[in-house]
Amino acid sequence: MEGKIGVYICTGYGIAEALDIDAMCKVVTDEFKISYCKTVESCEQPVIASINEDIKRDGLTKLLIAGVSPRRFSVDMFPDDVIIEIVAIREHVVWCQPPNEEDTQMLAEDYLRMYLAKIKKVELSEPFQLEEPINKDILVVGGGISGITAAKEAAKLGYEVRLVEKSSKLGGWLAKQHKSVPTKPPFHDLEDTGIDTLIKELEEDPKITVYTSAFTSSISGAPGLFDVTLKSINSKPSDEILDQFRVGSIIQATGWSPDDPRKDLPYGDLDDVIRNVELEEIVKSQGRITRPSDGKEVKSIAFIQCGGSSKKDHHSYCSSICCLTSLKQAKYLRDGNSDAKAYIFYEFLRTPGHYEDFYRNTQEDPGIFITRGEIAEITRGDDGMLTITAKNTMPGAQIQVKVDLVVLAAGMKPNAADGEAIRAYEDAKLKVTEGESETQRQRAAETVEELKQHENTEILNLEYRQGPDLPALQNGFPDSHFICFPYESRRTGIYPTGSVRQPMDGVGAREDATGAALKAIQCMEMTSRGEAVHPRAGDKSYPDFFLQRCTQCKRCTEECPFGVLNEDEKGTPQVWATRCRRCGVCMGACPERIVSFKDYSVDIISSMVKAVEVPEEYDEKPRILAFLCENDAFPAMDIVGQHRLKVNPFVRIIPVRCLGSMNVAWITDAISTGFDGVILIGCKYGDDYQCHFIKGSELADYRGENIREKLEQMQMENERVEMHQLQISEYERIPEIFEKFAELIEEIGMNPFKGM
Amino acid sequence: MNANAKSILIIGGGIAGITAAVDAAEVGYQVILVEKEAYLGGRVMQMHRYFPKMCPPTCGFEINVRRIKQNPRITVHTLASVEEISGEPGNFKAKVKIDPRYVTGVHAIDDSIAEQLQSERPNDFNYAMENTKALYLPHDMAYPPMYVLDREILSDTDVERLKHICPADTIDMEMMAKTLEIEVGSVIIATGWKPYDTTNLDSLGGGQFQNVISNVMLERLIAPGGPTQGKIVRSSDDQKPGNIAFVQCAGSRDENHLAYCSAVCCMASLKHVRYIREQYESAKITVFYIDIRTIGREEKFYYDLLEDENVSFIKGKVAKINEDASTKNLILDVEDTVSGETLHQNFDMVVLATGMVPNGIDFELPIDLPVDDYGFLIGEASAEGIYSVGCAKRPCDVSRSTKDSTAAALKAIQQLNRGD
Repeated sequence: MEGKIGVYICTGYGIAEALDIDAMCKVVTDEFKISYCKTVESCEQPVIASINEDIKRDGLTKLLIAGVSPRRFSVDMFPDDVIIEIVAIREHVVWCQPPNEEDTQMLAEDYLRMYLAKIKKVELSEPFQLEEPINKDILVVGGGISGITAAKEAAKLGYEVRLVEKSSKLGGWLAKQHKSVPTKPPFHDLEDTGIDTLIKELEEDPKITVYTSAFTSSISGAPGLFDVTLKSINSKPSDEILDQFRVGSIIQATGWSPDDPRKDLPYGDLDDVIRNVELEEIVKSQGRITRPSDGKEVKSIAFIQCGGSSKKDHHSYCSSICCLTSLKQAKYLRDGNSDAKAYIFYEFLRTPGHYEDFYRNTQEDPGIFITRGEIAEITRGDDGMLTITAKNTMPGAQIQVKVDLVVLAAGMKPNAADGEAIRAYEDAKLKVTEGESETQRQRAAETVEELKQHENTEILNLEYRQGPDLPALQNGFPDSHFICFPYESRRTGIYPTGSVRQPMDGVGAREDATGAALKAIQCMEMTSRGEAVHPRAGDKSYPDFFLQRCTQCKRCTEECPFGVLNEDEKGTPQVWATRCRRCGVCMGACPERIVSFKDYSVDIISSMVKAVEVPEEYDEKPRILAFLCENDAFPAMDIVGQHRLKVNPFVRIIPVRCLGSMNVAWITDAISTGFDGVILIGCKYGDDYQCHFIKGSELADYRGENIREKLEQMQMENERVEMHQLQISEYERIPEIFEKFAELIEEIGMNPFKGM
Repeated sequence: MNANAKSILIIGGGIAGITAAVDAAEVGYQVILVEKEAYLGGRVMQMHRYFPKMCPPTCGFEINVRRIKQNPRITVHTLASVEEISGEPGNFKAKVKIDPRYVTGVHAIDDSIAEQLQSERPNDFNYAMENTKALYLPHDMAYPPMYVLDREILSDTDVERLKHICPADTIDMEMMAKTLEIEVGSVIIATGWKPYDTTNLDSLGGGQFQNVISNVMLERLIAPGGPTQGKIVRSSDDQKPGNIAFVQCAGSRDENHLAYCSAVCCMASLKHVRYIREQYESAKITVFYIDIRTIGREEKFYYDLLEDENVSFIKGKVAKINEDASTKNLILDVEDTVSGETLHQNFDMVVLATGMVPNGIDFELPIDLPVDDYGFLIGEASAEGIYSVGCAKRPCDVSRSTKDSTAAALKAIQQLNRGD
């Protein structure tokens, strides 16, 4: 559908002073045979209003505006059934090129051609609608403070919730605590946990169905359509189905487990050396502190901080709450026991924010000694007393204390499974026997050994091709962009919350779970409107797979960063559209080019590539194609313009949803069109990835590598394709990257296929 | 979903307010976002990168701006402040004053116009380390991407000049403040924080010595859009510093200043160490601390820095900073609490790791919102219908702030749906 296209060329902002506007209009009217071409004096409000009048009066269905950057426009400026394409003539041409030069004019005209070619092919996206109704119930996995909070908060807004807890009791670790650390000013006194009330409210809430001693034996489907099977944890073999139901979204609040203490501490070797969780149990059950070995009333305790985490060789993370827990437990000991003594040895005492008040209050207690110190030795005397030798205390001294009990402040580890690792493990296990060659079988055996700890660790049991649980980051936390978008998991509609995502205190867990409830609701509401969720929130396009041409190569099913695609027995992708985040990585992966969006496809971008007028070799005007991530590198290019940095005039830029959506066809098209080289600029990848589609730029790099091999086969220099990682704030690097690449092209010479 | 639900008013357009706004609007609710500055993004826009990933805040901001622009349910008012809220939960009335921007948005405007003016104003985005023209774009990524005119500072000559160089209705010198009266069902307070005033820190030379700067100023020095175009240099002689000290808890965990811990300054300083290391391969850096509070997965960031032999960590609170009048170098008096020794060390540059002070609220509310001794709104006791988030409530990092905001969005939505 070509539709009725209206083209507007802006003459303001110095554009008319730098470019031959008539010549640009001729590109529209003569080359592209579009007669509806107007000039406008700016891209400001009055002009937008007049364009809107044109739309109404003349029935325009598509608009192309060559003027200021697309980032200066917003959706409410034009009717939403009109397709809009914006060419950043100001930022990307006029502001970074010398005025009235042949190359500047060529650049502007090429951009116009590229976007004219694009707009001809773009179609309006109809919101994705499922054939079945969207289910808007929520499944909460885990019945600790996070799960309870999430369930209650969602139910308050009228959503039906099913909460599944694997143990026989609700309340998780909070229910095992005697008291909580203070949560309100003046942050002095310990508080009741309040968990019993919370559990009672949960159980009485008509919107919430609770299952205890149960687990999700299978979850299939997608947001709005998750089919859940529950089994009882007690039935063995567990083939008895407890319940089956459908939900729209899932909250994973599976919590944490106490970590094993550091190896250099004599936990398990010496009596009366226990962990913080065990002390909590003693106080909770007995109301006072007694020694595990002989039941004697404890009069003195030494707390050893970082007992289970946060030592470089043990863990690379801090469990955040162990310092608070030890201060709290020291108060237990001192409560009504004026001659009891508590000693806290730490490397760094960590009480952020208002908890500093709690720390200061605890320090004021003459029976609680808090000091920096490294534990040199713990021994047990004949009298059953434990002697702790600590060095480097303040100031500098080595000290010894004799106590009844030693408590190791052990940390938290997430109750999470790494879905991707489980899948890799299962795949490798198969290959050990079914591998095609001896080397393959051997390599598989090594992988099996390496990933053995993931065996039988499944928690959610997702029926996803990429594994039965969320993928995990470092240290096993199943999140992704934890700074800006902390709920953004890599499985749409499944939100991890609470201490499974990172160690946190009770107040933090409640806030976290309330937010997760919102995200679960938001996902269902957006899905029911046919919109994508974060980061392309509101995008109504979705991928269409022309499966008749699929060759079952499985690249899309393996590479999708969000596990959208399952496979049938033959390996044909099964598309669960409501899992999709619209990044287009599948489109980039597909060698058969069968994946497309209405407004973004291999063909649309290829048309842009081919629309560029490539000069003959003897003109000595090389052409370089650059694909830029539209969230980072492309906006950075606007800043290049704002700062009037000079940019190589031979480069033609195409923004892409994610560099991972780059199909190698575009590179071969570029070479056959006569481009001399291709630059790919994406986001940082690796452990601290910044790519909002997780591994888009990494995949582009990998595909670029394949392309370089292909170039070599074609007797072409493989340097003609180059990939860079760039942050949005590093705009200054862009001109430099282009310039260096242009120099390289000059060195190796023009594309020999030019003009063929 | 309640189709007739009232709007949510969000006060403060920093990372907390933006997050609450987009999250509520994406569920399907109407949101009015009110920001006192001329641009959205708040304090984090002045940060060069986030710890621990060393990624630019503008990356997440770009996504959030897209979310705002594509969502017709969000109304943004910049240069706007709430003057009064009355009514009751579910039925609040708010008066919002919008200050004049003077730039009309009718005609094109860019730096070529601004540069012709003579009147200048301190660039508060760069903590007044340099000036901008009276007509200015607040920063590179400013949203809305509109210029602002500082009318008060504009000279009469410049008023005339502007009349000559712009079409008549580009700038409206007579633009008046206007007050909107809006009805909303619930309110989120996301008024954020400001850095502790270093001039209170007499003994540390805050505001007195040229080469003693605050942590937030360092964020601007390293930024390409900063006063030194991204170079960390001494302000006394523009030389690169070879030996830099970080003073942790500068005015924090100190009952004479801020008794609480601001929760982010340790990581901020460690991030700054990385900034310095990226520019100066062999600069010597000393961090004086009480406790290194790198909580959660941030711990790894600290461990990684321990590998750097030119970085030392000394446990001790800096008691006094003196300046060498001729070299403008700084001499720090510190008691090393581990060795017990008193140190006197010489540095080219000192960075004070100052904490967060809540901006608080300066308007009338119909409900008593409890505030603690430090000026933070007490979150747990938030009144029904009014919810405080982020650093209005407690010192916290971006991650904590955003999830708190998402949670508050749900609370605010629950309020809108009560009683139907």
